[in-house]
Amino acid sequence: MNEIAAAPAAVADAVDLREDFKSSGVAEILEELDRELIGLAPVKQRIRETAALLLVHRARGKLGLGDETPTLHMSFTGNPGVGKTTVALKMAGLLHRLGYVRKGHLVSVTRDDLVGQYIGHTAPKTREVLKKAMGGVLFIDEAYYLYKPDNERDYGQEAIEILLQVMENHRDDLVVILAGYADRMDRFFASNPGFRSRIAHHVEFPDYSDGELLRIAETMLARGDYGFDDDARAAMGDYIAARRVLPHFANARSIRNALDRARLRHASRLFETPGPVGAKELSTLRAEDIRGSRVFAGGLAHERKNP
Amino acid sequence: MRITQGCFSFLPDLTDDQIRAQIDYCLSKDWAVGIEFTDDPHPRNIFWEMWGHPMFDLRDPAGVMLELAACRKANPDSYIKLIAFDSTRGFETVRMSFIVNRPKVEPSFVMTRTEVAGRTVNVAITRA
Repeated sequence: MNEIAAAPAAVADAVDLREDFKSSGVAEILEELDRELIGLAPVKQRIRETAALLLVHRARGKLGLGDETPTLHMSFTGNPGVGKTTVALKMAGLLHRLGYVRKGHLVSVTRDDLVGQYIGHTAPKTREVLKKAMGGVLFIDEAYYLYKPDNERDYGQEAIEILLQVMENHRDDLVVILAGYADRMDRFFASNPGFRSRIAHHVEFPDYSDGELLRIAETMLARGDYGFDDDARAAMGDYIAARRVLPHFANARSIRNALDRARLRHASRLFETPGPVGAKELSTLRAEDIRGSRVFAGGLAHERKNP
Repeated sequence: MRITQGCFSFLPDLTDDQIRAQIDYCLSKDWAVGIEFTDDPHPRNIFWEMWGHPMFDLRDPAGVMLELAACRKANPDSYIKLIAFDSTRGFETVRMSFIVNRPKVEPSFVMTRTEVAGRTVNVAITRA
């Protein structure tokens, strides 16, 4: 009764989408995304589209146009270190601003957090995690480990069933994001059709180009008040090209580790230098700090192709 | 006889939305919410059964409501209460508790007074 009486009053004539875009704080998040994340153009495009879809959906709701809550579960596929977790965090903020999740926190889990070790352990464990994620976003990293086809008694299946059920029945309460390598996620979806049909947004994360990785390196350094000199920048460019072909290349994460080691060499070089050091020396990485890396010698001893 | 203990027990029963709002308040204070149930509401019975563990690290009442629904399904004709535990040093105790489920027919209690030596009176509360 009340709803019917209240409905005409609540329905507006028109919704200003631009105004909505600004006032909801979505614009802010998208700007942040552009500013903080280098490259990833297709991902940013997808997020922009998703934001537009949700804004329009909200506007439709305001005008009283019937619409089902859109399915918001997503899958993020891409190689390690391409920013899946970072984007998921932004996504949680975005969904919160738009009012599709109530609290907007991100709970990041892997198989270990969901699957138990003995019979009867999995269900409570999975439910515990789901309860913590309610009102926010549940980010399952390397989701394909949940499903182990070679072991039919694996408890992962149980976790999958509970997840599917919650993804269906509690669509208003939480959003699930599955993440992992593209090829293994494809196989995971192929063997779990329930997941594929419940996930509307498949977002692919491309690898960074060498130029983007160099810019990422500089941003990372700038954050800690460090910097390259010109030679060091060239050395870092060579480093990225050399590192990419070695095994276990993890995009931005490899760069971060490389910079940590370069800072180590930088520190010990300064320590060896006699006399006082100024702020400039303390904050500038030189070519030799980068060139000292094992990558230029062909990687770790056991990774070298011709020893 | 309507059992009155904890918060809100002189008010009409809380609706689910009201319960959700109360849980939201507890969570905003960083209290851990737990569920307890019993079929023995005697005032001296301070140990109710626990329904699972107290729920730490929740952010949204939906998680508690999920467990409450499960508890109600398993014990439809019992007393169920929510307790909110504050782990702040110095408190480390239950800060709030309220009944969220009652049996259809609530038991009544009678008080018997026994005169003993002098003017002393012993009081006993027993189920009618």
